[in-house]
Amino acid sequence: MADKLFGLIDLNWRFELTKFKLIRNLFKSRWFPLLAIIFNLFIFVIILIAGLIGGFSAGNYNFGIMIVWILWWVMLMFILVPIFSRAWCLMCPFPVFSDWLQRGALFVVTGLKLKGLGLKWPKALKNMWVMNILFLVTTFFSGFFTVRPLATFILLGGIILLAFLIGLVFEKRSFCLYVCPVSGFQGLYSQFAMAEVRRKDPEICKNHKVKTCYVGNECGYGCPWMLTPFNFTKNTYCGMCLECFKSCPHDNMAFNLRPPGVDLLVDEKRGLDEAWKAFIMLGIAMVFFLTMQGPWGFLKDWVRGTSLKGYLTFISLHTAFSLLVVPAIFFFFSYLSKAFSGAKEVSLKKIFTNFSYTLVPLGLGVWIAFSVGIILPNGSYILHIISDPFAWGWNLFGTRSVPWTPVFTGALGHLQGAVLVVFYLFSLAYGARLSRQTYPAEEQAKRGWIPILIFLTLATLAFLWLYIG
Amino acid sequence: MKSHKVTRSQGHMKSIRAITLFSFIVYGLWLMTPPVEAAERFFEIKAKKFSYTPNIITVNRGDTVKIRLLSEDVHHGFFVDGYGIKTSAHPGMEGSLKFIADKAGRYTVRCSVTCGEFHPYMVGYLVVGPNSRFWLYAAIVLVIGIGSILTLRVKKING
Repeated sequence: MADKLFGLIDLNWRFELTKFKLIRNLFKSRWFPLLAIIFNLFIFVIILIAGLIGGFSAGNYNFGIMIVWILWWVMLMFILVPIFSRAWCLMCPFPVFSDWLQRGALFVVTGLKLKGLGLKWPKALKNMWVMNILFLVTTFFSGFFTVRPLATFILLGGIILLAFLIGLVFEKRSFCLYVCPVSGFQGLYSQFAMAEVRRKDPEICKNHKVKTCYVGNECGYGCPWMLTPFNFTKNTYCGMCLECFKSCPHDNMAFNLRPPGVDLLVDEKRGLDEAWKAFIMLGIAMVFFLTMQGPWGFLKDWVRGTSLKGYLTFISLHTAFSLLVVPAIFFFFSYLSKAFSGAKEVSLKKIFTNFSYTLVPLGLGVWIAFSVGIILPNGSYILHIISDPFAWGWNLFGTRSVPWTPVFTGALGHLQGAVLVVFYLFSLAYGARLSRQTYPAEEQAKRGWIPILIFLTLATLAFLWLYIG
Repeated sequence: MKSHKVTRSQGHMKSIRAITLFSFIVYGLWLMTPPVEAAERFFEIKAKKFSYTPNIITVNRGDTVKIRLLSEDVHHGFFVDGYGIKTSAHPGMEGSLKFIADKAGRYTVRCSVTCGEFHPYMVGYLVVGPNSRFWLYAAIVLVIGIGSILTLRVKKING
């Protein structure tokens, strides 16, 4: 019998968008996604200039701050990740310089031999830990780069430079795969996405002796993310660069729409690094809400660094909460799960790791609800800054004088509440299935699921209280 | 097999309908609850980069709320989400607001005048009790959670 999400949607349902000639041709063209990358590069040049000349001015009237931390962030959490997976990676301009250097060309395929030192990334670091730590450390400066144009310039400039340097030394997209602070949470949450890149017919791949999707050919480069597209099973590390569409001589790659969250049930490469990414994201969401959407002035002073003592207190508490407290609470409920289940043969590590994926839908919901609270009150500033990106008195689109106008903020509580409830439902739906994967027997799975279900309920209530209570 | 699938699907729909209906009934009853002793409430609020003191104002639905806004440093605003009303204050020049708190829930108060780098995050809360919004969604979450545990007794874990 088909396994149906909420008894309604067959988890095996797929709708292939690349069966439409227009989309298939677009994906196979070398102009795509390069044109999107070049367009974003242009936008990021404006962002960097605005950041540099904006200096220490108030961020709400700065192009860089508004586009990156209001528009881009919200687009990422609202649309790109939950619907299109790593669609941002597809069009991200940060690694374009190292790609150019390695390939010696921007548009055409120059050959299979890439330039640069091409070193292998250290095996011990082939996981999400570097990204986890880098993202957490980046948030230490949230009180600066989300409001100070110059801080945004330094952050983005630093990331672009780091991407380039790592591209010089290490092979292909090692930076995207193992370092980029934005990559980790996109990978984690893209497991929930409603789109995927997958092979169509496994037999074709099996009989295709030269795996051109991996090694490349005259039409496309071998997977820059060093994956094997012929056996993709989950979205986490696929950067959607679309090279496999170009290099496959059999047109055997597909871009599918699918039910949200199905990757959460793929028991492959689950690990503590991804588990901690889920905890860190929940911790950061709570800290960001307290400091940005909460009314407590002393917390804002801490993150702004008005005193060294306050700033260090913020960093210490934030780190301890995200890296230790959240995982410790979850560990306690995992321990209860094992105890309730009575399944002595199942390791606590497996229970802890497997159930951590229940935090993916809830975490995404928490971030979407947080982002609603950012875009609705502050979105109108974007109309101002697109007309006057460098604060030079321009009025390019006639919107420079549009006053600050909060939109639908009266309904904010309902929107945030509804989002949390919907994603809580997804967490429960997948959590029960994960329990069945974790424990060998149905009854054990039922009993072992209850403590985790209670944890998810309490976590949802905690965020509800924080956001609207 | 097919009829079994239909039954399960219908069962889910029934559960969802029951939860939705229950939640709306609770919410409706809450909304119909008459305000408790509507009174006039006065608050003197001091604004300073980037917070208000007091930072949370709690009133009952139906109360008449009078605000006196004082600024301790630069020009600050005071915009109330959901009510769409605002005032502002310069140092030495106060602002005032008067409104009837007829909408229950927690509403964010925002600075409406760019006052510095952290301005977009200068917020306070107006809590108009009872906070029916929060209790509505909390009740839904609890009903779903308890319902999920109860249904474990009668049905298989998948599907």
